[in-house]
Amino acid sequence: MDAPGSKRIFRWVINGALAVIVIVWSIPTVGLFVSSFRDREEIARTGWWTVFPHREYVTTETYAPEGLDPNGPMTIEGVTATFEEFRQGVPAADGGQILWVGNKRNGRIEIQERQWAYFGNLTLQNYGQVLAGKEVEIRRPDGTTRTQQGDNLTGAFLNSVAVAVPATVIPILIAAFAAYGFAWMNFPGRRTLFVMVVALLVVPLQISLIPILRDYVRLDINGTFLAVWLAHTGFGLPLATYLLYNYISQLPRDILESAFVDGASHFVVFRRLILPLSVPALASFAIFQFLWVWNDYLVALVFIGAKADSEVLTQRLAGLIGSKGDDWHLLTSGAFITMLLPLLVFFALQRFFVRGLLAGSVKG
Amino acid sequence: MATRQHDTQVSIGTRVLGALGRVAVSILVPLLAFGVLRQGFIFLRDADAPKWVIVLVAIVWGVGGVAMLYAVANWVVERLPGRATKHLQPYVFVGPAAAILIWYLALPTLRTFWASLQDANSFEFVGLKNYVYAFTDRSMLVVFRNNLMWVVIGTLFSVAIGLLVAVLADRSRFERTAKALIFLPMAISFVGAGVIWNFVYEVRDTADPQIGLLNAFWVGWFGGEPQAWTAFNQPLNNLFLILIVVWLQSGFAMVLFSAAIKGVPTEQLEAARVDGASELQTFFRVVIPAIIGTILTVTTTVVIFTLKIFDVVWVMTGGQFGTDVIATQFFRQFFVAGNNGRGSAIAIVLLVAVIPVMIYNLGQFRQRETF
Repeated sequence: MDAPGSKRIFRWVINGALAVIVIVWSIPTVGLFVSSFRDREEIARTGWWTVFPHREYVTTETYAPEGLDPNGPMTIEGVTATFEEFRQGVPAADGGQILWVGNKRNGRIEIQERQWAYFGNLTLQNYGQVLAGKEVEIRRPDGTTRTQQGDNLTGAFLNSVAVAVPATVIPILIAAFAAYGFAWMNFPGRRTLFVMVVALLVVPLQISLIPILRDYVRLDINGTFLAVWLAHTGFGLPLATYLLYNYISQLPRDILESAFVDGASHFVVFRRLILPLSVPALASFAIFQFLWVWNDYLVALVFIGAKADSEVLTQRLAGLIGSKGDDWHLLTSGAFITMLLPLLVFFALQRFFVRGLLAGSVKG
Repeated sequence: MATRQHDTQVSIGTRVLGALGRVAVSILVPLLAFGVLRQGFIFLRDADAPKWVIVLVAIVWGVGGVAMLYAVANWVVERLPGRATKHLQPYVFVGPAAAILIWYLALPTLRTFWASLQDANSFEFVGLKNYVYAFTDRSMLVVFRNNLMWVVIGTLFSVAIGLLVAVLADRSRFERTAKALIFLPMAISFVGAGVIWNFVYEVRDTADPQIGLLNAFWVGWFGGEPQAWTAFNQPLNNLFLILIVVWLQSGFAMVLFSAAIKGVPTEQLEAARVDGASELQTFFRVVIPAIIGTILTVTTTVVIFTLKIFDVVWVMTGGQFGTDVIATQFFRQFFVAGNNGRGSAIAIVLLVAVIPVMIYNLGQFRQRETF
């Protein structure tokens, strides 16, 4: 028998474990979010968690090392140590730290205390650069400045939209027609074709890239939006057809039959009855496909390739990653912007997305 | 008498004209539709309009075009005599999908297989030479080792974490929030995930402050040397890449397990509790067997997904430092080295790896479907 006390402990354990998992899980994303608001220099120098108040050594005094010989042990503020040790930081008597900054000939001594500090230089600069391509003044270590043209992601954003919307709607349309045909029409080859659909569910898209690319080049449509739409349609059709078939084949027969009796043609029944009734299934797959296309990198890389004008967000982001170090501040805000739309779509339509997953899980 | 003959003659003439008219219109309308579409295509490819105009036109053209094609095709077919309509219309519905599937997936399988038997430029027939390379070259052996790690470790952890969170969340007050937050990474692209995890794995010199979270812990709390997590310590560096994908796809497993767990009949759970079973025993003896089907489905889906991993590896390490996988090696052989033969052979190897699942699916289909 469970005493109420042990039940409460049990609940604490469960909620506690869950909370720990969720927090650890979200830390990487939070890290990026915080970093996107930080100054360019700060990102390169300190970790993003220093934005929050923490205890660290802060310099309270600085002076030149008069009369000290770095080649031997030195005594500073009553503490004796070698040059190398002072370089790393030697604990002082009061809990602080004595630091030698610089090299043997050119340096200074810093007395540091342990204090609460935070590097709270938050700025919207990164977003400005990345969205509007604003120019930014950057101070180099030696004090001079240079202006840098920001990277404009708006073009890539529009390209992503231009690719994702049709690449979502077109497969759904085609799959809906086909699913209806499989479910409610009789024709020779019906079973064979559907077996083909099921078989193609697991074929990796790498199989198609080489032949299709060759076709596109020969037809001179490579790099166009149409090429990418058709590719995404091809890769998404098996799952779409399968999901929609499962749904449409389970619609109540009587409604459809009475429509046929009333003289409606297949097309009219499809337009006026099937499509409206299938909205949940259509929506589920639409979200699934939209996220997949929006976040896709390989298909865009292969079929859009180097056409800088038509690059989508994932390509642009990957390009920024390649330029190590110098443009990391752009990466932070850029990455967050690319994630914003899918996150919004996901949160707003979570229910449909989950339902779509559940429906698709029946087949690998 | 004469009037009636006259009537018949007129009606035949009218009927012929009418039929001709219908045929003409039936040909003209599709041609017109096609013409409009083609103009749109040329505009999109060559025009110099502002970006958002092009994007809008593209969307309208793409979506509207497909809808229009279907509408026109159906319209044409429905103007035909009844029997023709009945025989042709199914192909209007199913035809485009079948054609696309064949051209984009079924046919390429054969073409890729054919190309895999040829040399780098697809000129000569070289038999199984590319497959010999694929299975014996040292770089490929590293690839197979890595893919094995990915499949075994990645799947194990994704499924385990998904199951764990599903079970915990099921009993918790914060179920919906927790599940949403765990699932959230699924909406992030692999490239975006690469950026995020760069901030975790970044390595700096000992003298400088660490800006990567992992190194900050490692150096600050454990007093170790800063590590290049994804570059050194092969093959362990693969684990850090695998971690990223586990982070991304555990949400998927969690959602499916959550639904499955909620589907376990409460009577069984109650019976177990009445019999005095502890929580753990109930879990292993009642819940797990009840959801074994879902576990199998999730595992196979994750396995297939993991076999195709490309983005994360390509973006984080480019396949270097012994992190190459099948998909990145495929990309490198075909797009970087321009070797059609080897690239195709590697793609076929990938296909072969998923054929067991295909057979399983088809078997299930045969059993279930009253088609």
